[in-house]
Amino acid sequence: MRGEALLALEDGTVLRGRSCGAAGEACGEAVFNTAMTGYQEVLTDPSYHGQLVTMTYPQIGNYGITAEDNESRKPWLAGFITKELCRNPSNWQSIEPLDFFLRKHGIVAIEGIDTRALTLRLREKGALRAALSTLDLNPRSLLAKARRAPSMSGSDLVREVSCEKAYRWTEGFRQRGPALHVVVYDFGAKFGILRCLARQGLRVTVVPASLGAAEALALKPDGVLLSNGPGDPEPVAYAVETIRRLLERRLPIFGICLGHQLLGLALGGKTFKLKFGHHGLNHPVMDLETRGVAITSQNHGFCVDLASLPREVRTTHVSLNDGTSEGMAHSQLPAFSVQYHPEASAGPHDSRGLFVRFKKLMLERRQSISPC
Amino acid sequence: MPKRTDIKKILVIGSGSIVIGQGCEFDYSGTQGIKALREDGYEVVLINSNPATIMTDPELADRTYIEPLTPEFLEEVLKRERPQAILPTLGGQTALNLTVAAAERGIIEKYGVELLGARLETIRKAEDRQLFKQCMQQIGLDLPKSLVVTDVSEAKQAARELGFPLIVRASFTLGGTGGGIAYHLDDLRQKVHAALEASPVKKVLLEESALGWKEFELEVMRDAKDNFVVVCSIENIDPMGVHTGDSLTVAPAMTLTDRQYQQMRDEAKKVVSAIGVETGGCNIQFAVHPRTGRRVVVEINPRVSRSSALASKATGFPIAKIAAKLAVGYTLDEIRNDITKATPACFEPSIDYVVVKAPRFAFEKFGDFPLDTAMKSVGEVMAIGRTFKESIQKALRGLEGGKAGFDFEGEADAETLLKKLSLPSSGRVYWIKAALRSGMSAEDVAETTQIDPWFIHQFKELVDFEAVLSASRPSRELLRQAKGLGFSDVQLARLWKRTPQAMRALRRRHGLRPAFKLVDTCAGEFRSATPYFYSTYEDESDAPPGKSRKKVVILGSGPNRIGQGIEFDYCCVQSALALRALGCESIMVNCNPETVSTDYDTSDRLYFEPLTFENVMDIVERERPLGVIVQFGGQTPLNLAAALEKAGVPILGTQVRSIDIAEDRRRFGAALRELGIPAPENGIARDLRRALALARSIGYPVMARPSYVLGGRNMQIIYDDSGLRDYMERQRASRGRAERHPSLLIDRFLADATEVDVDAVCDGKDVFIAGVMEHIEEAGIHSGDSACTLPPHSLGQAALETIRRHTTALALKLEVRGLINIQFAVKDGAVYILEANPRASRTVPFVSKATGIPVARLATSVMLGKSLSRLLPRKLLAESPIAPPYTATKEAVLPFIKFPGIDPRLGPEMKSTGEVMGIDVDFPRSFAKSQEASGLTLPASGSVFISVRDADKPEVLHVARSLRQMGFSLVATRNTREFLGRHGIEAERVAKLGEGKPDVVDLIKQRSVSLVINTPSTQRSRSDGYAIRRTALELNVPCITNIHSCQAAVHAIAAAREARLTVKPLQEYYRQLPYRFPAET
Repeated sequence: MRGEALLALEDGTVLRGRSCGAAGEACGEAVFNTAMTGYQEVLTDPSYHGQLVTMTYPQIGNYGITAEDNESRKPWLAGFITKELCRNPSNWQSIEPLDFFLRKHGIVAIEGIDTRALTLRLREKGALRAALSTLDLNPRSLLAKARRAPSMSGSDLVREVSCEKAYRWTEGFRQRGPALHVVVYDFGAKFGILRCLARQGLRVTVVPASLGAAEALALKPDGVLLSNGPGDPEPVAYAVETIRRLLERRLPIFGICLGHQLLGLALGGKTFKLKFGHHGLNHPVMDLETRGVAITSQNHGFCVDLASLPREVRTTHVSLNDGTSEGMAHSQLPAFSVQYHPEASAGPHDSRGLFVRFKKLMLERRQSISPC
Repeated sequence: MPKRTDIKKILVIGSGSIVIGQGCEFDYSGTQGIKALREDGYEVVLINSNPATIMTDPELADRTYIEPLTPEFLEEVLKRERPQAILPTLGGQTALNLTVAAAERGIIEKYGVELLGARLETIRKAEDRQLFKQCMQQIGLDLPKSLVVTDVSEAKQAARELGFPLIVRASFTLGGTGGGIAYHLDDLRQKVHAALEASPVKKVLLEESALGWKEFELEVMRDAKDNFVVVCSIENIDPMGVHTGDSLTVAPAMTLTDRQYQQMRDEAKKVVSAIGVETGGCNIQFAVHPRTGRRVVVEINPRVSRSSALASKATGFPIAKIAAKLAVGYTLDEIRNDITKATPACFEPSIDYVVVKAPRFAFEKFGDFPLDTAMKSVGEVMAIGRTFKESIQKALRGLEGGKAGFDFEGEADAETLLKKLSLPSSGRVYWIKAALRSGMSAEDVAETTQIDPWFIHQFKELVDFEAVLSASRPSRELLRQAKGLGFSDVQLARLWKRTPQAMRALRRRHGLRPAFKLVDTCAGEFRSATPYFYSTYEDESDAPPGKSRKKVVILGSGPNRIGQGIEFDYCCVQSALALRALGCESIMVNCNPETVSTDYDTSDRLYFEPLTFENVMDIVERERPLGVIVQFGGQTPLNLAAALEKAGVPILGTQVRSIDIAEDRRRFGAALRELGIPAPENGIARDLRRALALARSIGYPVMARPSYVLGGRNMQIIYDDSGLRDYMERQRASRGRAERHPSLLIDRFLADATEVDVDAVCDGKDVFIAGVMEHIEEAGIHSGDSACTLPPHSLGQAALETIRRHTTALALKLEVRGLINIQFAVKDGAVYILEANPRASRTVPFVSKATGIPVARLATSVMLGKSLSRLLPRKLLAESPIAPPYTATKEAVLPFIKFPGIDPRLGPEMKSTGEVMGIDVDFPRSFAKSQEASGLTLPASGSVFISVRDADKPEVLHVARSLRQMGFSLVATRNTREFLGRHGIEAERVAKLGEGKPDVVDLIKQRSVSLVINTPSTQRSRSDGYAIRRTALELNVPCITNIHSCQAAVHAIAAAREARLTVKPLQEYYRQLPYRFPAET
């Protein structure tokens, strides 16, 4: 039987709904995502580690869970909030209903929530700390828990999601040109990124976030990809230090999302927290060089402060919605990065060309080192 | 790129009459497009033959040509206006076809005009099946295997290769006309034959069947910089095999994973770029195999469409407006999102609700045809709710088909159920309910219907919950859940055996009211500036009610249907404009996504809601307006008026008691007697005995009809007792479902009378007669199907004066505040009143276009208390009706071709879907244009087949003689030929059916006749005449079935032979008027 569940926000809002996942309790920052498809990717995206995610789309779980669409080994978010969760999914790729998956992985979830009202609250007040429980149905006590929840700012969540030891990634590999080797720093990397790299014919080694520069260089990479990941970039100082060393070696570097922010810090910039972040699949981003617009997948609560960066770093992409920086490139070093997710998953595939650009940088470097 | 400055003047092509497959969505898109172009400073010239549109309002374009949409008339407009460019992508298939036809005749090149939005090459690639196929193969996309054939033997060959069933599609047609599914060889022969006839290029595509696959549509936009966005995805609930216009559809797509959806998006991007859609909107249809996921491209429309209108309303993204901006050089990133006013239009809307579209059929008129790839619905509703279950219930009740939601009490045995489920039909969704109630599993229902199990499970949840409701007593919690699942008060009342009023009261006691949420394009991510609402049962409303103290609610007309279409939407939009000018806040309530009234900037606040008492009352209680306007939306709001008034809601304009008098035969008769206005003898009968007595005392022929009907439903002329018996029997058989009032009205039928329609506005003191229209067809043909002319072409001054007097007296007597429409019949100099409707009529837009006076706007001002004497110039009011120094003729457009086997003849029951107007210096020339515009090209020479009933023989002599004088040769069957011969008119003899070969039908098939004149004898005869009319219809040979129209046609032919028909914009006609009307009232 579906039991009751309660959601409390630090601003005093308490919403009642039904449990549709595991029994339990979760605290974290409440954010919303406006994607109409791709809840499985959201659930398994390590960038959501520690967050309570509300989907603005009201009917979730329609196609259940598939074997193909996981973005990591397991769901990372703290809790899941929906209007209605579908018990009878239908799709030829579906292997199990969403609520099975949530329970299997111990994710607390609530349905029957006016997610639009919740979203408008988050839009106006910014991301709020929240508590979700199927156990503690006392509004006052849950509210207190919400207010005690840790803030995203200042905590290093990367350590919790990064892989423990290096591994090879081969899924989706297609032989194309010379065997270039990419080292992917796993700050919470989505499988989607790894698949995109493999599809370019790249050999991919995924390494822990804490791996030092020297060890990484020992793997003889042709380039380094700085992955996405959860939370605030500032406390991930060890990675910033590593990136600085890699930059010194003039290695091609491609940063995505948290990787972009860490690259920004390594280049001497600053980051700041957005009011409620960008979380959706429909964000227009203009490439300042071509003036073309891509519809991008985004998921970030922090942003690189452009003004804080040295002159050699130029902005390459901007968000058309709020004008914030969405990409940068260094004029002397082969390093570039984007705040959004070119691998999409979930989202439109408009920006997958960036992986080609990364590969080109690596090819150029290899040719300049060993002209044949 | 900013807008182009090398272009100054742009010609926009409209879509002409409303027909099945091309509804008022193109008025919506055209209106948006024209506004967008003028906003950017372009001079806009419009050609469109449909007077019932907002786009043909004289203020909208700079110059408005209400002229036939043919290459000849297009050329005349180009010659006169010399625009630099044509925008053909807003006017549906009609505009694209016209553009292609004009280009093929070298007209586009001759006048050096550029095509905006879609190049010729693009249109060809999208429309020509063969080119489309090649193009898709080049970019590596999967397609159903298909072959193009040009005759039946090629078709047989192709069938061997592809296997049955096969999809048959005619090239270059709209709404799938001439298409179908062939299951075996005989079937194939017949369908290919029909398709070849329907295709203007005589090409037919045979396609591997994707029957039963899942069907999806993407509405996309692309700009000159190759920026690409998907505005909306749509999933069809009915699988492949049912035309998307006839399907229940849902937005966004519900059952695809992100990866599957994005792959579809990638393909769509490739398709638009390969087809060459450079600037504008485009619709792409996909079929997906339900078990393998194999995906094929089915079709593409490189223009705005019915689906794009739906997508615009579903997301708030104005596709037509943006398409027009892109066509003149803007790129998506340069255009602002109108809804948020803060973000750019270059994005993909995200929605946080579920949209369901449901088609409205007119099978009560044509019989219940099974659904296939040829579209048959005449209108649609859209519903917005937070879940599919809520939305589908709202959609089904919005249809006004007697259902308050997902409602059905019917039961059937297992065999019947299987049959009902396997054959797509307008009622199949209800049989799904019956099957689930009978205990059939969701899986079995899905298997049998081939509808995705996801939807069937959603239906099952409703059925299961209904069972819980039935078994329980009302409680707050149950009520809350029920409302969340979209159950209406009426449904709950039935389940709990109470009245809807009691349910409403109970609901209010429990504090259960709907929340009103915004359609904002962005799922709440950004603040929205546009008040476009829907109701749902959730915790919080997004925005407070409007702040103005002068708020007025306009109730729209719901889904288009025969008898209630775009004309009423036109009136509602005009009313909103008038309210704005009067400083009132207008609040529109409607659920028809095709319309201008449901555009977010037509009114100050838009509620996209079903037009039921419950939904309207919820809005009224929230907004607390000055009052509600019920006069403009046809019968739909009028049906709500009494209940609203009873609930204490002020009705603006004519009060309910006046409406009641007009609708109640007895009281209406008493009023007429008091005023000394004659009416045909009439009475009411409740059973056969009394009906027979009444009919005999009145004297046959009589006109019989059930009371309270719209569009002449079930109206019939009856000639004798046995006819009346048959009629009563049929009424009894069909009763119980639709008719509230089983009583029968019987009127004396005035044979051969001239019918006259009058539209007038009354303020309680003065009456302004806006227009007097004389019907071409005699009384007995429904006024909606009849051609009519303004000013009247044959009425004498005395009759006109009597009509004026009667109109004034009746309007004052009924205490009309606003519009009234009166139908008169003039016979042998005597003027009779047939009926009066104190509301806007179908002819209001026609009168407005013909006279230059915005009648609905005027009426709105009157309803808000302004007096006619202050609104109108003195002369105009005192001397009304003032005949303009030119003539406008309205002609009806009929959907017979879509319904195989239907006799294409007119009668007292309305069957037309739309109308066109011809305007010119005199009646014959305006009539000629109206015929041309309706698709009936009167021949200038050739051979005419004549066969008329005895009653028409004297009159046909004049027609025959004139035709001979103009050099036509005549063909007739034996009797008619002898009759003509006796009067010295020569005609060739042709065999009747069964008299040997070649017979008259063969003659038509060989196209040896260029005009058919065939007036049907009695209601029951379906022999020769039927075959002649049907053949002529299917082969597109002009066929006139009414003697009065023949006479008009002969005059028109003569006039057209005398001098070429030329064109002139409305704005120039209006300069000839003896009065000036202020642009704003």
